[in-house]
Amino acid sequence: MLFRRLLATFAVFAALASPAFAGIDDTINSITAPIAALVGQIVFFKVPVFGAQLPLVVLWLVVGAVFFTLYLGFVSIRGFKHAIELVRGDYSNPNDAGEVSHFQALATAVSGTVGIGNIGGVAVAVTVGGPGATFWMILAGFLGMSTKFVECTLGVKYRQENPDGSVSGGPMYFMRDGLAAQGRVGLGKFMGTFYAIGIFIGALGIGNMFQSNQAYVQLNTVAGGALDGYGWLVGLILAGVVFSVIIGGIKSIAAVTEKIVPLMAVLYCTFAIIVILMNAAYIPAAIGNIFAGAFTADGVAGGALGALIIGFQRAVFSNEAGIGSASIAHSAVRTNEPITEGYVSLLEPFIDTIVICTITALVIGTTQVAAPGFAGDATGVAMTSAAFERQISWFPYVLAIAALLFAFSTMISWSYYGLKGWTYLFGEGTQTIYKLIFCAFVALGCMVQLGPILDISDALVFLICVPNILALYFLAPTVKREMKSYLDRIKSGEIKKYGA
Amino acid sequence: MQNKYLVAVEGSEGSRRAVAHAIERAKASHAELLLVHVIDWSPYSFHTADELSARHKRREEELTRARDVVLAPITKMVEEAGVQSTAEVRHGKGAETLAALAKEQDVAQIIAGRSGESGVSTMLFGSTSSKLVQISSVPVLIVP
Repeated sequence: MLFRRLLATFAVFAALASPAFAGIDDTINSITAPIAALVGQIVFFKVPVFGAQLPLVVLWLVVGAVFFTLYLGFVSIRGFKHAIELVRGDYSNPNDAGEVSHFQALATAVSGTVGIGNIGGVAVAVTVGGPGATFWMILAGFLGMSTKFVECTLGVKYRQENPDGSVSGGPMYFMRDGLAAQGRVGLGKFMGTFYAIGIFIGALGIGNMFQSNQAYVQLNTVAGGALDGYGWLVGLILAGVVFSVIIGGIKSIAAVTEKIVPLMAVLYCTFAIIVILMNAAYIPAAIGNIFAGAFTADGVAGGALGALIIGFQRAVFSNEAGIGSASIAHSAVRTNEPITEGYVSLLEPFIDTIVICTITALVIGTTQVAAPGFAGDATGVAMTSAAFERQISWFPYVLAIAALLFAFSTMISWSYYGLKGWTYLFGEGTQTIYKLIFCAFVALGCMVQLGPILDISDALVFLICVPNILALYFLAPTVKREMKSYLDRIKSGEIKKYGA
Repeated sequence: MQNKYLVAVEGSEGSRRAVAHAIERAKASHAELLLVHVIDWSPYSFHTADELSARHKRREEELTRARDVVLAPITKMVEEAGVQSTAEVRHGKGAETLAALAKEQDVAQIIAGRSGESGVSTMLFGSTSSKLVQISSVPVLIVP
């Protein structure tokens, strides 16, 4: 009923779609730009290091990722094979069939992270940080695997079962309950609340406005600029579809996207590899640029360190390691061994950053070598799209659809993360209010330009890394203990493969 | 090998005929029956986070429903005929799950109805019963 009324509203808006309405975008932009600048300045407080500006929060994340990688003895390498065995179901008890499988948890978490960041974010990184940023992105992806391992294990270990039988988990729960177990009750409560507020606001930014914004930009590019000034209209339509899924409970739309998105991801990678192969002659030069740029970066503000900062920033933005969102997604798995979810989650930054982002970077990189300045002023998704278009003229249309679907599935995933933050704060009974706010921001995302919007969403997401990584430090010994006990039991044969 | 037959149970008419036949054979050879209902499920499907968080609850509901609605009347029918039986519900792919359970429980044979599936998917992938014939490690009896 509500849905139908909303459709009627759309019709009215569409009828009113006259040039006079184009002014809305500019008005909203002029309001949000100064806010973005302020938020960005606070979160990305920078210290000058050897001529580059190093945001402390990026340093915070990198130090955390390096620490967990070393502390857990390179679990990202040593646990990789085991992660694949778990996803394949080698260790799944047939009596538990029908519960959430490791594969399903991984697929859901990946479809939340594989999004426009993989298509557009990489282009942003390369534009701002030069080809060398790609190298640091891959390294950040590798380091991020260990961070995810810790946060996802804790997410499952401290998740909570609701009275209705559903489960809620994530950083706010492991902060509150995990730290309480160490006698840090007050600190845990404070951090849990802080995180819940942060993930709620972050869900409106990175998981919402940025997605709808990039979807609109891509649609507009494909339409040859015919949608200029109609951001609000695209926004309202997108908001309507999201509304129908998260409030209207139209499961079929969600089901369709959840099935098409993995297919799209595979298609995207396949075509990207085809384009790279079509540019085969330029691959050595492109890879050379990536390595050369990583250490010498000419023409990039701050040189190599500048490239490193941009690369790390984009990597986190894409694979979300250290943000804690995946921890919320993985909490749904019912397992006696929380550590198994940690192993499975290792694969997320691997798929997202090391595989998909690298492929995109190579598409752009080889094209840059073949035709410098091919994209003109275009950045973000538009730049990636131009690189594909040079080889496959019709691909921008496919990319537009893929981008739209990626954006949509990321929004649906993040609506859930934000919801968990919200219900942690206000209880399970107030879900509808949250969902309405979420839909409003979908529409808003299409009305502001990439600059301020990217700054706001970046800033908010990096902000919640602060309490999350801090809690991970506190709880890392717990994870290490669990890991040791688990590995010992595998060695002794107490935990073994089924059907082998 | 145990003197036990595994019977595939669905809500369909064909499945009832298979059960009736199984009862006759069990009586003749003093065997007991293992009544199995498989709920179609794959560990490789895709869901939203929301669906995953409610999955455990959904699974319990599915199991309860299968026991009460599908298996209970059949168990009663078998009991009234004076044949010993146990019942089991599993999630999984029909043929694979039945074959695996037959092996696990060391039954003498599997008895199944000719499933009521039709249409394109059967043409492409075959029916559960024909698949069962191909992969089972114990004899399979298909009741038309």
